[in-house]
Amino acid sequence: MARIGVLIETNEKSVKPANFGVLTAARGEGNEIYAFVLEADAAAFQDGLKAYGVSKVIAVGASDGDFSKKPDLQAAALVAAMKNVEITALLTLSSTRGKDLLARMAAATHSGLALDCIGVDLDAGTCVKPYFAGKTEATLKLSGDLFLCAIRPNAIEETEAPCDITAETFTADVTDDGKLVIKEVKASGSAKVDLSEANVIVTGGRPIGSKENFSILEECANAMGGAVGASRVAVDSGFASHAMQVGQTGKIVSPKLYIGCGLSGSVQHFAGMKTSKVIVAINNDKDAPIFTKCDYGIVGDLFEVVPALTAALKK
Amino acid sequence: MRVYVCVKHVPDTAANIKVVGGSGFDESVKFIVNPYDEYAIGEASKLVKAEGGEVVIVTLGKASAMTTVRAALAIGGDRGILIKTDKQFVESDETALILAKAIEEDGGADMIFAGKQAADSEGMQTCYRLAANLGMPVATEVIGFSYADGKAIVEREIGGGEREVIEMTAPCVVGATKGLNEVKYPKLPDIMKAKKKPVNEMDAGSLKVDALGLVELVSLEQVPERSNAKMLEGSVTEAVDTLVKLLRDEAKVLD
Repeated sequence: MARIGVLIETNEKSVKPANFGVLTAARGEGNEIYAFVLEADAAAFQDGLKAYGVSKVIAVGASDGDFSKKPDLQAAALVAAMKNVEITALLTLSSTRGKDLLARMAAATHSGLALDCIGVDLDAGTCVKPYFAGKTEATLKLSGDLFLCAIRPNAIEETEAPCDITAETFTADVTDDGKLVIKEVKASGSAKVDLSEANVIVTGGRPIGSKENFSILEECANAMGGAVGASRVAVDSGFASHAMQVGQTGKIVSPKLYIGCGLSGSVQHFAGMKTSKVIVAINNDKDAPIFTKCDYGIVGDLFEVVPALTAALKK
Repeated sequence: MRVYVCVKHVPDTAANIKVVGGSGFDESVKFIVNPYDEYAIGEASKLVKAEGGEVVIVTLGKASAMTTVRAALAIGGDRGILIKTDKQFVESDETALILAKAIEEDGGADMIFAGKQAADSEGMQTCYRLAANLGMPVATEVIGFSYADGKAIVEREIGGGEREVIEMTAPCVVGATKGLNEVKYPKLPDIMKAKKKPVNEMDAGSLKVDALGLVELVSLEQVPERSNAKMLEGSVTEAVDTLVKLLRDEAKVLD
C-alpha cells in the first residue's frame, strides 16, 4: 500500500467523469489516494471524489496573483504540494492540460514520465502505452524522484470505492521567471463536448461531402450523448475543423463506442481510435478495409443508414 | 536569427511494424521525417524569411537518418546537424540533453521548433526537457505562431471549444502540430538543392552528456487487429435495429 496522488481535472465546479478511471487506476490494490485540484475550493469537490476512494483533496495554489496564467508556476506548486504530503507518484488524465503540466513537472525535476498510457502498475513502477500509433504497446519502467503518468481518457474502467474525505488548502512558496504567460483563453469554434473524453463518437469520412451534411452525424451522436469526429480527408476538404480530427495527426480517442461513417479504415485513422471498446463501421463499399478490423459492420449508404440508426436509437 | 528545428527519423506511419527481440523492431521499413516536424520546419522557414537568419535541422538517429536530414532540408532549412547513435530508441531525457548540447555547441538558438511528439515512441516530452535544459519557456501542440519584439505568441487548442493564447519570451521552444501551417511538399529542384546543403555529422558520444536513464523500455508487443466483424445484413431498418440491440445487450455500450 502506498499513498498516490491524482491531479484532478475540474469542469468549473464539478469533477470531470473522465477522472474516475484514473482514480481507479491509482487505487490499485488499496492505495491511499490524495487528490490535487488547482486554484479551486477543495471542499467543493469532496462529494464528487469520495465515491472513488479519495481520502483527502488538496487545493493547490501559490501567492502569485497570476497563478492561473502560469503553467510553469502551477507545475512547481504541484511538485511542492506532493513533497508536502510525501507523495512521489502522481497520475492524471492525459488531456491537453494534464499532459502539459506533467511534462513541465518532469522536465523541472528530471523525473520519469509517461503520457497517453493505457495501463499502469504502481507496485512495479511501470506503465503501458502505445508505440507506433497503436500498432504496438510498450511497457516502460520509470525512475527518478517522481513517478508521473497520464492516462488516456476511458482507458481504464471506473469502479467505485466510497470512503471518508477531508479537504485542505496548500499554498506553495514558489516563484516563476515570468517567461511564459497565458494571455487569453478564447473560443475556438470547435465542439463543446471534448472529443477525447466522449463515451460515444460518430465520425464522418470523405463521403459525407460537405460541412452541412455533418448535421446527420450530430443528430445521431446527440441521441447517444456523444460527440462528432472527422477523418483527415474530411478535415482537409474543409468539411470539419481540425479540432474534430481523429487519427495520427488529430485527436487520440478511446470511447466505449466508435461509429465510423464512410471511413476506409486507414492505419493513420486507426492510430487515433484503435483502443475504442467497440468499433462500428458503416460504408457502402463492402471491400473497405475497415470491415476487416471492426466489431460490427453495415454495408450501406451512410445517408440512409445513419438517419435510420438515429431513429432506432430514439425508439 | 538562428533557428533550430529538431527533426526525428521515424518509420512511415503506414508501415507495418514487426517487433523483434522483445523490445525492438525490424528497421527494414521506409523511414520518413516525423510528420509533426514538417509543420515545425515550415514555421521556422517562415520566421527566418521574415526576420533573416538561418534554419538549422538537428537530428539524433542512426547513420541512416541522413535521408531524413536531406528530406527535411528539402522542405526548408539551410544546413543540418546529424548526431549519430547506434540505439534504436533514445529516451526523451537523453535525447533532450544531446540536442541541447549540440545546439549550444553550434552557437545557440534564437528559437527552436520541433514536432509536438514523435510518431514512433510518442513520448510527447522532448520539447519540455529540451527547454528546461536550455532555460527556455516552452509550449507544445501549437497551431498558431507569431513573433515580434523578442516575444512569441502561440495558440494551442485546449479542448472544450477553447484555445489558449500564450506569450513567451524568446528564445523559446515551440512544439508544432497540424493546423500550424500547410506543409509544402518539396519539388525536384528543392530536393536537388538539399543534397548540396552542408550537414555536420558527429557521434552522440562525443557530446558527453550524462543521462539519468529515467525511462526504460521493458518490452514492446504487437497489438493484434480485431477480426471477425459481425456484418449486419437485411434492409437498412433491420440492420440498424439489430445493431442497436447488439450494442445494448451484447456489447453493453449503450444504455
